[in-house]
Amino acid sequence: MAFLINLLSAGIRSGTAILFATVGEILAERAGVLNLGVEGMMLMGAVTAYGVAYSTGSAWVGLLAAAAMGGLLALLHAFVTITLRADQVVSGLALTFLGSGLSAVVGAPLVEVAQAPRLPAFNIPLLADLPVLGPILFQHNVMVYIGFLLAPLAWFYVFRTRPGMELRAVGEYPAAADVMGVSVYRTRYLYVVVGGVFAGIAGAALSLAITPLWVEGLTAGQGWIAVGLVIFAGWNPLRAALGSYLFGAIRRLPLDLQNVGFFLRNPTYGYFMNMLPYLFTIAVLVIGSREAMRRRVGAPAALGQPYVREERGK
Amino acid sequence: MSTNPAFEMRNISKRFPGVLANDNVSFAAAKGEIHALLGENGAGKSTLMSVLCGLYRPDGGELLIDGAPVDFRSPRDAIRAGVGMVYQHFMLAPSQTVTENVMLGLRDTPFVLNTPQLAAEVEKIGAQFHLPVDPHAMIWQLSVGEQQRVEIIKMLYRGANILILDEPTAVLTPPEIEGFFRTLREMAAAGKTIVFISHKLDEVLSIADRITILRGGKWVDTVANANLTKATLASMMVGREVLFRLDKTPHQPGAAQLALSQVQALDDKRLPALRKLSLTVHAGEIVGVAGVAGNGQRELAEVIAGIRPVTGGAIAVTGQDVTHAPPLARIQAGVAYVPEDRSATGSAPDLSVAENLALRAFRKAPLAGRFVLKRQLMQQQAQKLIAQFGIATPSPQTPSRKLSGGNLQKLILAREISSQPQVLVAAYPTRGLDIGATEYVRKVLLEEREKGVAILLLSEDLEEIFALADRIAVIFEGQIVGDLPANTADLETVGLLMAGEQVEA
Ligand SMILES: Nc1ncnc2c1ncn2[C@@H]1O[C@H](COP(=O)(O)OP(=O)(O)O)[C@@H](O)[C@H]1O
Ligand SMILES: [Mg+2]
Repeated sequence: MAFLINLLSAGIRSGTAILFATVGEILAERAGVLNLGVEGMMLMGAVTAYGVAYSTGSAWVGLLAAAAMGGLLALLHAFVTITLRADQVVSGLALTFLGSGLSAVVGAPLVEVAQAPRLPAFNIPLLADLPVLGPILFQHNVMVYIGFLLAPLAWFYVFRTRPGMELRAVGEYPAAADVMGVSVYRTRYLYVVVGGVFAGIAGAALSLAITPLWVEGLTAGQGWIAVGLVIFAGWNPLRAALGSYLFGAIRRLPLDLQNVGFFLRNPTYGYFMNMLPYLFTIAVLVIGSREAMRRRVGAPAALGQPYVREERGK
Repeated sequence: MSTNPAFEMRNISKRFPGVLANDNVSFAAAKGEIHALLGENGAGKSTLMSVLCGLYRPDGGELLIDGAPVDFRSPRDAIRAGVGMVYQHFMLAPSQTVTENVMLGLRDTPFVLNTPQLAAEVEKIGAQFHLPVDPHAMIWQLSVGEQQRVEIIKMLYRGANILILDEPTAVLTPPEIEGFFRTLREMAAAGKTIVFISHKLDEVLSIADRITILRGGKWVDTVANANLTKATLASMMVGREVLFRLDKTPHQPGAAQLALSQVQALDDKRLPALRKLSLTVHAGEIVGVAGVAGNGQRELAEVIAGIRPVTGGAIAVTGQDVTHAPPLARIQAGVAYVPEDRSATGSAPDLSVAENLALRAFRKAPLAGRFVLKRQLMQQQAQKLIAQFGIATPSPQTPSRKLSGGNLQKLILAREISSQPQVLVAAYPTRGLDIGATEYVRKVLLEEREKGVAILLLSEDLEEIFALADRIAVIFEGQIVGDLPANTADLETVGLLMAGEQVEA
């Protein structure tokens, strides 16, 4: 029991970064723009947060800086893909390369420094004392709690509000949105940038609360997991939360199993356990890249396609 | 109908890369008028109306609404000025509900959508103008006719006074058209100005107050709908005399080239679409399949082409069993297929015209070399087909998505027929085509019949079926419920069979 509580609690904590990134990517993709730069934006967010928190002494300023950095990088992607209409896959990959490389360079001096301030962790009064649920859900850092609110809020926004409806229409059939007076460009820019902000925050959550430290390649592929989870979640923020926590737990599993007798005797199996989330991500991405399959799970129909008003023949 | 123009377009010009789609066109309509805009495909009708509704910016000319000059920068500006357009390709997001689509883009709705209230408003407008539709249904669940109603409601909800309908009847069945015309008259009586785009002469004559004809991007004439005949309108539209009669030799069927027996298949929703359907087509005959849309026509064409699996029964082409053969095997067995969806199934939109023309022949000599295609030869052959079938394209290298519907259809026909098939399945080959192209396609089908090809023709146009077919097979709920010789069949019997009625032979 203690093992399970531990695993779930750690899973939720570790899944929180993935959750922010996934919800952000869902918003961007709902607008019709695929951004494969999540990993790069997360890394830049993580390093920016850590560096700024260290030099200003405030974790919150670090978080804000990370959000701005994520938004800025996403703005670049938006410009290249929406205004210049370049291929979204290529631009996103480039962003990931850029983020990985740049974060390693600017982050090099930060690896050595003393611990930067962290985002606060606290127990929720009363709830934290509940048996089982208390330790799983209510003894965390602040980002985990924000994450709890994020998924249902994002869901409500996407499916129950006017701007959410416009967002979905832009990703589904941009021409229809355009003729009804919804600016496709503005909507796409907005949500790509919001997606970047969330990825930046995800990075900050890692380096200031979850891990919390900075090393090169801190995210270890979590940005890719987020991209895969978007498909797995069927572009639905609630299911994204479920998936993120599940992945958090899967990522934790090898750590928690280390001391189990079997793995002590066969340490190589632990490596295979480590591969699990990535294998899953690859599988989801491969399946999700099939047009028919994408349609079935509810992909935005115009995902990946630039929009030009006077052009015919889509 | 008053004489004050509700809108006036003066000397509008609009150029696209390589075409002058509107050349100095002037056009006006009065309040409460139903004004038809008539012209062949590519005449510039949609372009002119896209300028009026703010989608396109004209390169020259003036626009006045209620006598005041306006400058629309987007459809939103036009909607604000009371101009609403129902596009030929519906502007509806399939995965959203009717209400959501109607509300899309409105700024005065609350941040959090009050769906029940909005749905009630949608229903109310629908009731007022006899446009019944379930406000909670998803768009993809609706028939095209219903989707069209949603489009109209969308405009009415925004208080459109000028309603532009781009080829609205192309997607409707005859009974739907009647109801639709009633709605149009009601809206006109309520003081709305209606622009009705069409290339169908009967419809224009039955609904319009006045008719403006466009040809090749230019204004030809604006005439009141009195004492007009189809022939005069057609010659204004086409620029020459048009024959409405087809010459057909007597029916001399040869061997059974296509035989379906007890064929079963599922539709996209995995429900039975073909229920033990049996049908035979002989060499040198055209079998016309008549039926209300959605009774298995699409699935019938697709099982023959081999792009939909058969769950029971057998299909034979020239005596060979092809029930479970892949499409390539059927092509080799002599099946040619002119699909319903020209751009998605019938062609590869991003490939060039020449490549599209070679899609059947490229596997074999002479086009196929040892490793690479003989592109020069491909160009030459394409040039020949382009000339022979009169395909209007800037060049053989142009991507086929740039072609108009009629020219794309000619391309597909050229490709399929140049392979000298034994069996030709033509699904709605003239749908959406103008008079000239329709005439041409029908002529080609009759020529193929003369050559001894077995032709299965699917069409929603009964007139077309009666004109072309030797036998009429009526399809209802996935079965052939009647198989009649065309020269003795009467419209009433076919209509009853289409509706699923039992008819005494
Ligand atoms: N978006 C576009 N880009 C390029 N050419 C176009 C576009 N829209 C229309 N055209 C061309 O303009 C001409 C008029 O087209 P259109 O207005 O659609 O005709 P109609 O509606 O009368 O069939 C055609 O030659 C067509 O190919
Ligand atoms: Mg048109």
